[in-house]
Amino acid sequence: MALRRVLGLGAALGRRSFCSKQPLPPDFVEALRAVVGAPNVSTATAVREQHGHDESMHDCAPPDAVVWPQAVEQVQELAALCHRCRVPMVPFGTGTGLEGGVNAVQGGVCFDLSRMDAITELSLEDFSVVVEPGVTRKALNKHLRGTGLWFPVDPGADASLCGMAATGASGTNAVRYGTMRPNVLNLRVVLPDGRLLHTAGPGRQPRWAPGGARKGRDGTGRDGCPPAPRSPPSRRKRAAGYDLTSLFVGSEGTLGFLTQATLRLHPLPEAVAVTTAAFPSVRAAVACTVQVLQAAVPVARIEFLDEVMVEACSRFSKLELPAAATLLLELHGSRRGLAEQQQQTEEIVQLNGGSSLAWAKQLEEREQLWAMRHSAWYAALALRPGCQGYSTDVCVPISRLPDVVVETKQDLQDSGITGPMVGHVGDGNFHCIIVFNTQDPAEARRVHAFTERLGRRALAAGGTCTGEHGVGLGKRALLREELGQEGLDTLRSIKTALDPHNLMNPGKVL
Amino acid sequence: MAALRVLVGVKRVIDYAVKVRPAPGGGAPGDLPRPLRVQTQGVKHSLNPFCEIALEEAVRLKEKGAASEVIAVSVGTKASQETLRTALAVGADRAVLLEVGEGQAVGPREVATALAALAGRLQPQLLLLGKQAIDDDCNQTGQMLAAMLDWPQGTFASRLELESGAVLVEREVDGGLEKLRLRLPAVLTADLRLNEPRYATLPNIMKAKKKPLEVIPAAELGGTPPDPPRLKILKLEEPPARGGGQKVQDVPALLEGLKQAGRI
Repeated sequence: MALRRVLGLGAALGRRSFCSKQPLPPDFVEALRAVVGAPNVSTATAVREQHGHDESMHDCAPPDAVVWPQAVEQVQELAALCHRCRVPMVPFGTGTGLEGGVNAVQGGVCFDLSRMDAITELSLEDFSVVVEPGVTRKALNKHLRGTGLWFPVDPGADASLCGMAATGASGTNAVRYGTMRPNVLNLRVVLPDGRLLHTAGPGRQPRWAPGGARKGRDGTGRDGCPPAPRSPPSRRKRAAGYDLTSLFVGSEGTLGFLTQATLRLHPLPEAVAVTTAAFPSVRAAVACTVQVLQAAVPVARIEFLDEVMVEACSRFSKLELPAAATLLLELHGSRRGLAEQQQQTEEIVQLNGGSSLAWAKQLEEREQLWAMRHSAWYAALALRPGCQGYSTDVCVPISRLPDVVVETKQDLQDSGITGPMVGHVGDGNFHCIIVFNTQDPAEARRVHAFTERLGRRALAAGGTCTGEHGVGLGKRALLREELGQEGLDTLRSIKTALDPHNLMNPGKVL
Repeated sequence: MAALRVLVGVKRVIDYAVKVRPAPGGGAPGDLPRPLRVQTQGVKHSLNPFCEIALEEAVRLKEKGAASEVIAVSVGTKASQETLRTALAVGADRAVLLEVGEGQAVGPREVATALAALAGRLQPQLLLLGKQAIDDDCNQTGQMLAAMLDWPQGTFASRLELESGAVLVEREVDGGLEKLRLRLPAVLTADLRLNEPRYATLPNIMKAKKKPLEVIPAAELGGTPPDPPRLKILKLEEPPARGGGQKVQDVPALLEGLKQAGRI
């Protein structure tokens, strides 16, 4: 509660005021049951609370009801029903977001889409696959085992792929393979009024039969209907009309339900090598990153950890890394190409005063190093048990990265805040995992002031207030500053055009 | 490079992520006979995870120079060729399918018999299998095979090291870890912590298409003629559906509810 007040979240820009909650119309829950069946509707307190928060610090805001549609036609019927009765709708995937995207601040119905979990239309020649919201990224990669392909976007959590599309997620591999945006080829969206939209054009889909028949995991119709004769388009290039796919990627559930995504797959690298490199200073580590990129080494992952983070991670994961500004690098390539990349990287690291490199090639060693990095959140929390964590997420142009990181570190020290830094420096994106006592108002104020300064520092350097976590509940004021009045007005026009009654995830983004 | 030939047994099983269901057919009681098989048509299959681990270990031995040849073998229907191609893509040099007919009952005893006969032909120094298959969870094939061949066995291997003429095996047993030195040739079965299997990459998948895959009808292998199968499935059904929970107000109501449900 303290943090929310302290962060001074202002009013939403929709029709309703921020916290206004209308009760559900009478017989509404019965109507929901009529569409999906009684077992797929819940108003139980525990279930609603479970669906009212994600991994962020924002207070739990439970919806009035939770539904589990089993097919897109059900999503359409439910959306049309909510639209008719002017009931807010909140899409829910895995609840692993970091900005309060699923918190139902105006109540309404939470659509838990996890039971729609078909993986279909896998094309090894087109390098594409079609997934529904219940498919997580780890489940997809396990499914792809043996095909030689993988889906590289990895935001750490085992998130729903459609949820990742909705938040425009990114991860450690973005520097080489891109974020979600370039890797989503088509989206099947249910609009707030129940209409179905394919952002890059439709392919035919199997019909849903009443009685709740579901598609099998491999796409064969369990309801007796034959599978789609033509797969949804997964063309790489198109110059046909406005780019609707890109519009819905990152829309955070405010424009419609992403009920299916066509994803671009990539070939698995033939050879992989990972190493850590310790540097005498933060500036040296970040400068090394910039130089590695400028030398056009096609680095797959390049992550920065400051000395506080390294010490926390080492202790947490029981490794023994020196407590210094560290880079964690991964290279992908063919066997010979990899050797060349390794040599280039070594030279640049030496040039910046880095330690000598010990390359890990075995899968177990590589996994160990990345597990250490991925547990950064928990390692940071372990620094001050009993406190809560808050992750900042700014992204600046590479040329400004050394200055911004050094200034931010100084600011952390001056403000007396525990905030180990970890970052995808290859993209100019870094996170301060601020660990603080929410019950201490003075500390909470210092943290709030720090995050505001950081956001503005990033904007002043020509960057963005959120590189990958999204705007959600907490960054709407910064979004205003980043885009300016014209930008915000344009966003509002689009929102009003698609969702005139502000029913889709109200209170977020705008 | 040592002239050590490794034979790796691999099995095609229903993918671990699939929700297994009884095969259709068998309606109301007294109607058609109830199904005695699970649904396999149109269901995703893959390489048994423990076989993957065994295969990965064999390929690593070859990469280290400790083994000279890795042969993947499977006892199954024609569909198992797909699984063998995956094994070739991971790094096996060649593959052998000991083919059986569709619907033929093939349990650990039949597989062990076939593998023993093949071992007689190919003369490997090391036989690597997964400790068990995730469809039947029998955990018997490796042990039966060692007995048939009269070779030493190291089951539930979590670490292995080749020496000259012998293999050092660390086994995961109930009491902890056991270290054995086995004279070669030997049979080993792989446990979970032996290694982390690699993913097949596209160039290797393409190369695998050219690697030799031999199909031999299992019946033609010779050796002991196959006995009729000794196991008969009597019943196959889904577990009962989970009922809803019930909240009660106090302990007397709890006791009443338990009595009514016949639990006390």
